[in-house]
Amino acid sequence: MAAAPILEFRGVTKRFGALTANDNISLTLNQGEVLALLGENGAGKTTLMNILFGHYQADEGEILVDGEALPPGSTQAAISAGIGMVHQHFTLADNLTVLENITVGTESLWSWRQENQANREKLTRMIEDYGLVVDPDALVSTLSVGERQRVEILKALYRDARILILDEPTAVLTPQEADRLFETLKSITAKGLAVIFISHKLHEILAISTKVAVLRRGSIVGTLATKDAKREQLAELMVGRVVTRPKLSAIKRGAPVLEISDLTTGGGGSSALKNVDLVIHAHEIVGIAGVAGNGQAVLADILSGLIGNFTGSASINGRELAAGDPRSIVASGVGRIPEDRHARGMIGDMEIWENLISEDLRSSEISYGGMVINGDRARERATEQIKEFDVRCEGPEAETKLLSGGNMQKLILSRALSRNPSFILANQPVRGLDEGAIAYVQGRLLEARQAGAAILLISEDLDELMSLTDRIAVIYHGSLSLPEPPGKRSIAEIGLMMAGQTQNKSEELQGVGHGH
Amino acid sequence: MSDLFEILFTAGFWAATIRIVSPLIFGTLGELICERAGVLNLGIEGIMTVGAMAGWMWVYQGGDLWTGVIFAACVGALFGLLHAIFTVHLCLSQHVTGIGITLFGSSLSYFIYRMLLPDATTPPKIEPFEPLLIPWFSELPIVGEALFSQTALTYLALLTVPVVWYVLFRTPVGLAVRMSGENPVAVEAQGINVLAVRTGAVMVGSALMAVGGAFITMSWFDAFYFGMINGRGWICVALVIFASWQPGKALLGALLFAGLEAMQVRAQQSAGAIIPYQFFLMLPYIMSIVAMIVMARKTKYPQALLVPFRRGERV
Amino acid sequence: MVIEPRQSVSIWRAGLAPVWAILASMAICAVLIAWAGASVPNAYALLIKGAFGSAFAIKETLTRSIPLIFTGLAVSVAFRAKFYNIGAEGQLYAGALAATFFGTGLITLPPALMILLLILTGAIAGGALLIVPVLLKTHLKVDEVVTTLLLNFVVLLLVSYLIEGPWKDPMSLGWPQAASIIDEGVFPLLLEKGRLHLGLIIAILFAILVWLMMRFTVLGYEIRAVGYNAKAAEFAGINVNRTVIITALISGGLAGIAGVSETAGLKGYLTLDLSPGFGYTGIAVAMLAQLNPLAVIPAAIFLSAVYVGSDAMSRAVNIPTYIADVLVGVSVLAVLCSVMLSQYRIRWLK
Repeated sequence: MAAAPILEFRGVTKRFGALTANDNISLTLNQGEVLALLGENGAGKTTLMNILFGHYQADEGEILVDGEALPPGSTQAAISAGIGMVHQHFTLADNLTVLENITVGTESLWSWRQENQANREKLTRMIEDYGLVVDPDALVSTLSVGERQRVEILKALYRDARILILDEPTAVLTPQEADRLFETLKSITAKGLAVIFISHKLHEILAISTKVAVLRRGSIVGTLATKDAKREQLAELMVGRVVTRPKLSAIKRGAPVLEISDLTTGGGGSSALKNVDLVIHAHEIVGIAGVAGNGQAVLADILSGLIGNFTGSASINGRELAAGDPRSIVASGVGRIPEDRHARGMIGDMEIWENLISEDLRSSEISYGGMVINGDRARERATEQIKEFDVRCEGPEAETKLLSGGNMQKLILSRALSRNPSFILANQPVRGLDEGAIAYVQGRLLEARQAGAAILLISEDLDELMSLTDRIAVIYHGSLSLPEPPGKRSIAEIGLMMAGQTQNKSEELQGVGHGH
Repeated sequence: MSDLFEILFTAGFWAATIRIVSPLIFGTLGELICERAGVLNLGIEGIMTVGAMAGWMWVYQGGDLWTGVIFAACVGALFGLLHAIFTVHLCLSQHVTGIGITLFGSSLSYFIYRMLLPDATTPPKIEPFEPLLIPWFSELPIVGEALFSQTALTYLALLTVPVVWYVLFRTPVGLAVRMSGENPVAVEAQGINVLAVRTGAVMVGSALMAVGGAFITMSWFDAFYFGMINGRGWICVALVIFASWQPGKALLGALLFAGLEAMQVRAQQSAGAIIPYQFFLMLPYIMSIVAMIVMARKTKYPQALLVPFRRGERV
Repeated sequence: MVIEPRQSVSIWRAGLAPVWAILASMAICAVLIAWAGASVPNAYALLIKGAFGSAFAIKETLTRSIPLIFTGLAVSVAFRAKFYNIGAEGQLYAGALAATFFGTGLITLPPALMILLLILTGAIAGGALLIVPVLLKTHLKVDEVVTTLLLNFVVLLLVSYLIEGPWKDPMSLGWPQAASIIDEGVFPLLLEKGRLHLGLIIAILFAILVWLMMRFTVLGYEIRAVGYNAKAAEFAGINVNRTVIITALISGGLAGIAGVSETAGLKGYLTLDLSPGFGYTGIAVAMLAQLNPLAVIPAAIFLSAVYVGSDAMSRAVNIPTYIADVLVGVSVLAVLCSVMLSQYRIRWLK
């Protein structure tokens, strides 16, 4: 194994203001290797790859491909050096076809025509070679998440990538789709390509990689061959200290709080709800697993009051849900944690205290007669909440957008929980947070459960669902399965249900599931 | 009513329609290119004014007509560059920048015009584009006068429609432009410089707008008047929505509007005694609003229209 | 080139942004002045003298600032909610139409009440003109910029029709103008000499009211929340459409009052040249004020001074008066830039 490395990082450093995202990173990658880049959220994995791909420019250090320095800050140069990247958030244009998405940028911009015939032939050949089945003429908007990822991989291969970077590729896949992706990666490395695989999931890394580099707070804290690595050892390297995620304690569930029956939304498509039934009791956390776009967002929007157009019924503590009216829903005892904290959760340009009163603006506590804001009371309450939820900030008048993700999530948590809601909707509550913040958020949710709240936890992370919920239901094409305790079904079974490849909803729906 | 009907069969009406449609075509296609790349260009009204003044002034100062058109296009592109620096590179509000460009462009045009011609009480004239009779075709009844006896600039306008369509939908650079308006991140990930693509699109689009303005002073009329663009730029913005960002439909929409305006001028003469002329003049503006209402539900906006792209920004 | 947000924005830097913008605009206009062959310091001295050089000049400047305060407020309220109302010009004329309709003899009330009535009806007319654009935006997602702009032309043509036709003052000797506002409705003068009228007090009052509303009330909170992040506002339970509609009505109403004030305060009757683009200049006022209602007052006075002063300047040194419009246009762009630079910094990469 004395061949020159295909890729080498030498002392790469990148700073964002006061934050050092990558600190003196040195790494090598050889042909046929799968290098796993392990680290928790915010450790600097994505930043490092964005430097490699030319999205960012490093402040110090250099990157060598086949021993030659890669011109910094140029995606074009990275692509011509044979680097291909599959971004965590797909970079596809929905209203264009697969072929258009793949070929854009591959031809000289000043050519007077596109070589569409030749392009299509080349693409069809690659689709066959790698088994990445997708219709070249389909609009991207019609594709499933798995297919979109195939388009992303094809995009890189189409440009003759020799080093393929995959950023958290399994986050949006079912376990079976993930397995299929691993098969694809094996066939790709067998053809001599090298792969960099970014993840924070230990079991995946142990399964797929040949070499692991662990990043923590921007620095490499260890590089080792996968065959010598142990799970516990990697976990400790990654987090740097022992963080135990909170565990579910046994508690007897109480009376039904959230009762949904026959909930259906129109419009068709895979995200329209179809006859959803669900009951969540006091002292209970029910999880929903599913691939993004199968209706969980619609269900969350209905329970948040953003969608009022549905048939069937939903009630909290026996009282009908105020459809399409977030304010009344909150007033009736619902705490909501939205999926995207920047887009929906907080208004970055407003001050912290202002964000904390947004849900009960017209209450007698916060405003006089629902007209004039009681600023003193609002600031006072914000100060209390900041203290109670340990939000690190300069005070209630700090600008919200300057907070870190974890602190912002704590603010959202404090807004949702401080009124002791009887039902909590937690939609991807720990996505993108570091281990400390994850443990904090999960601990708060468990406290709320202890205190008697009913909680609906929507998550893409099956491990989280398995460890944190009393029962798990799976949503596929808008249909929700019966919730079962985590012990009852294996992760593989849940994965099959997420892909719609099983008879869900127990016996009554036998035969509905379709084959492969 | 029968009068109006008869108008439809006069060659003069169709000739006027084709003449009036030319600046609308240039303006609408210019705006369409900008918006396809993801940039709303509300500087259009000002850029058309700049083009009208620049082209005319070039000829008035002794330049010839075609270099005048090219000069107008260059000045338009320069204003487009200004718009692009603000909206594409500095990521400033496209709405406010556009309005600012319009205010700046129109006032600067008037300033320069007055500066160079301080004492002109009646607007001086130039020798504008002559009608270019296409041999044989121009002798056909009605069609001959309507379509084949126009000025070269009108033929150019009509030719621009298929050219813009071809470039947008059949060339690599067109694909890059459209994709920049759909998902700029995807374009950047393919190694194309989104900022450059958008800047180029806005400059080309603005150049077309300026030529549209120049048409008015150099082919339609022969002098520069204050307020002569008179909202045509805004109508073009409405037409882009009406056309669902398709060049072909833009031509249809522009023809519809030009026909309405030509009809309006003629109806004023016949019905002017009964209906005050102001109501005829209102028609294009009201129709623009109606057109947007009609198409609002059906159109698919470019998904990244108004969305700035910041390179190297921390997500 | 990379744009990075600054870690902290000093109040000085933010507060001075409009000042930098004004200096930059004046520098750009200096090029035009020099091109016209005049001495730049001399020209600007004349401009300042023309605007503030005498009691008369100051009164003139304040008088011209009245409509600009109203349209500036109209724009700043609307832009706060990211409702881009570019139709203040049309709404101004709508207000003037209402003042003419009610104020030329249809109703006669004691002076104070009459003025109140005119202001109220003018505000309603201005707001009403925005109903179609705002409903199109909230319900059909039609861009409000284009619709409000197009309506400016429609309203102007309507005014033209009315003052040439049914509303034409028979005493006007053929000039297209409407009948005069009755004495009870005319705004009293503030000072014995000159044209400075009650409108200034009303304008300042409204600036304070709007400021209080934006800062201390639930409605003001909702307007800001919708403008900053409509999705998050909706999630929190703020009715976004309702907020935008109310914002539009307030904005149109403020612009409508500008028309009342010009008709009943300054001219005494409605003509087609009632406003030389006050609606559009209002955008520059609001931008210079960084959408702060109190800052609208100095911003309006500044731009008014530019107009009044440039009249004097152009007479003295033979520069086209359009120099004032150029300065207004440039200042909109310059303030956009300077505000951004106060919040972000640009780093150039090799």
